[in-house]
Amino acid sequence: MNPTLSFFYFLSFLTVLSALMVIVSKNPIHSVLYLILTFFTLSGHYILLNAQFLAAVNIIVYAGAIMVLFLFVIMFLNIKDNHEEAKTNLTKIAAAIVGGTVFVILFGAYRKTILMPVDPATFDSQVGMIESLGKLLFREYLLPFELASILLLVAMVGAVMIGKREIGERHF
Amino acid sequence: MELTEFIIKTLTILVVFVLTLVIAMYSTWGERKVAGFIQDRMGPNRAGPGGLLQPLADAGKMFFKEDFIPALANKWLFIAGPSLAMLTALLASAVIPFGSTFRYDGVEVVLQGVESNIGILYVFGVVALGVYGIMIGGWASNNKFSLLGAIRAASQNISYEVAMGLSLIAILMMSSSLSLGDIVAQQHGGNWNIFYQPLGFIIFLTCSFAECNRVPFDLPECETELVGGYHTEYGSMKLGFYLFAEYINMFVSSAIISTLYFGGYNYPGMDWVYNQLTASLGTTTGHNIATLIGTGVFFGKALFFVFFYMWVRWTLPRFRYDQLMNLGWKKLIPLAIINIIITGASVLFLKPFITSLLN
Repeated sequence: MNPTLSFFYFLSFLTVLSALMVIVSKNPIHSVLYLILTFFTLSGHYILLNAQFLAAVNIIVYAGAIMVLFLFVIMFLNIKDNHEEAKTNLTKIAAAIVGGTVFVILFGAYRKTILMPVDPATFDSQVGMIESLGKLLFREYLLPFELASILLLVAMVGAVMIGKREIGERHF
Repeated sequence: MELTEFIIKTLTILVVFVLTLVIAMYSTWGERKVAGFIQDRMGPNRAGPGGLLQPLADAGKMFFKEDFIPALANKWLFIAGPSLAMLTALLASAVIPFGSTFRYDGVEVVLQGVESNIGILYVFGVVALGVYGIMIGGWASNNKFSLLGAIRAASQNISYEVAMGLSLIAILMMSSSLSLGDIVAQQHGGNWNIFYQPLGFIIFLTCSFAECNRVPFDLPECETELVGGYHTEYGSMKLGFYLFAEYINMFVSSAIISTLYFGGYNYPGMDWVYNQLTASLGTTTGHNIATLIGTGVFFGKALFFVFFYMWVRWTLPRFRYDQLMNLGWKKLIPLAIINIIITGASVLFLKPFITSLLN
């Protein structure tokens, strides 16, 4: 078999396994660690697609920053290993219905998708490199790019406003 | 052909790996010698001439101590913590260019593990992961002091990563390349980035102190408040790995500082030396020797910054935690943003103006 293909299957197996372990593990810390592993395998997929920039940014933003904050918050929760299941049957049934619906929708969407045929003769393997990506973002997609950054800025200002100390309020 | 290339790359990476480990090992010796010099003592001088065998003796002691895991600790994560710390510390050295090319039998070998067009982003990603080892180890110890140390490490790393990334952007705007090899090649001929980016350099240096958890930012292991910090429960080689990872981080960040700001393997009068060597020794031997001199200069620069880390450690007192956070968020980040604006304006307006004046 083609080494790239076998590597792809290995990576996909790892991705699905670690994603399943996120849901299955009882300990939330383990879940977070498996989620980090999932992000790593996803970055591996990006590298296989020759999108190195996306792979690096995925690691920096998700594995490096967001998951650290997840871990940070979960570490503060005092979790006992053998706590009782506090969920009633109703929640379980509702969760099963919601999850099943999402699965059916995703599966249907996947069935309906038509993949664009790729012509190996004209395909540019450098399309995922940072140079072409930057040119594309700053020329053809400049407006959406800037709007997205304004959205992030607004979110940041909002977070600062919420976190700000009110006048006369004391924390210690 | 592909197999030879693969073997050459493997060998390069192995050499880089071994060099990083050896330098980190002797940094522990250097740290004590520097401390001894600054505090007017001898430092280690019993094992071998000048105490040179001290790191080996320490490693032997670490290995033969009891490998203890606390009863209520999470066993797997307790082991994973130091392993992850070592792994992430060693990963970053793969993309650093240690020298220009080495010629042998018509084949040019680049003295760099992996030349990647996202080199600096790779380094940044690895640095971002560095905190996991500390966090996981601190949490798995099941000790309040360890947990507090881990939390401090996490918040400190995240805060200083922002300023570090922003100070890097100014460099990237000037070099318009993310590849470390390109950034070094552009600094050829005394064109070092430190002359253009003094503010960015200071921000980067401060942030790398914080990312390595070194004094004055070693709050995660602040012994006056937290006993031993995140490695309170650790002993034996697991503790050794944590301490060793810090020295590897120091060397790698020093190497990156000298790559980004001090021209890497470039030195003044490099072309003259190269021409003299190739004229007297022939193109192959002369080229190789010139490369070796460049690599030596690179290690000299990197080791100077390792020394600088030690110098600061024995000179400055530790910050308080609120001072650390204020410095990171309220001073370094605004400064880095101002630096980006100034750099952008200079690249856009000042550079064409000066070029037109000179021509």
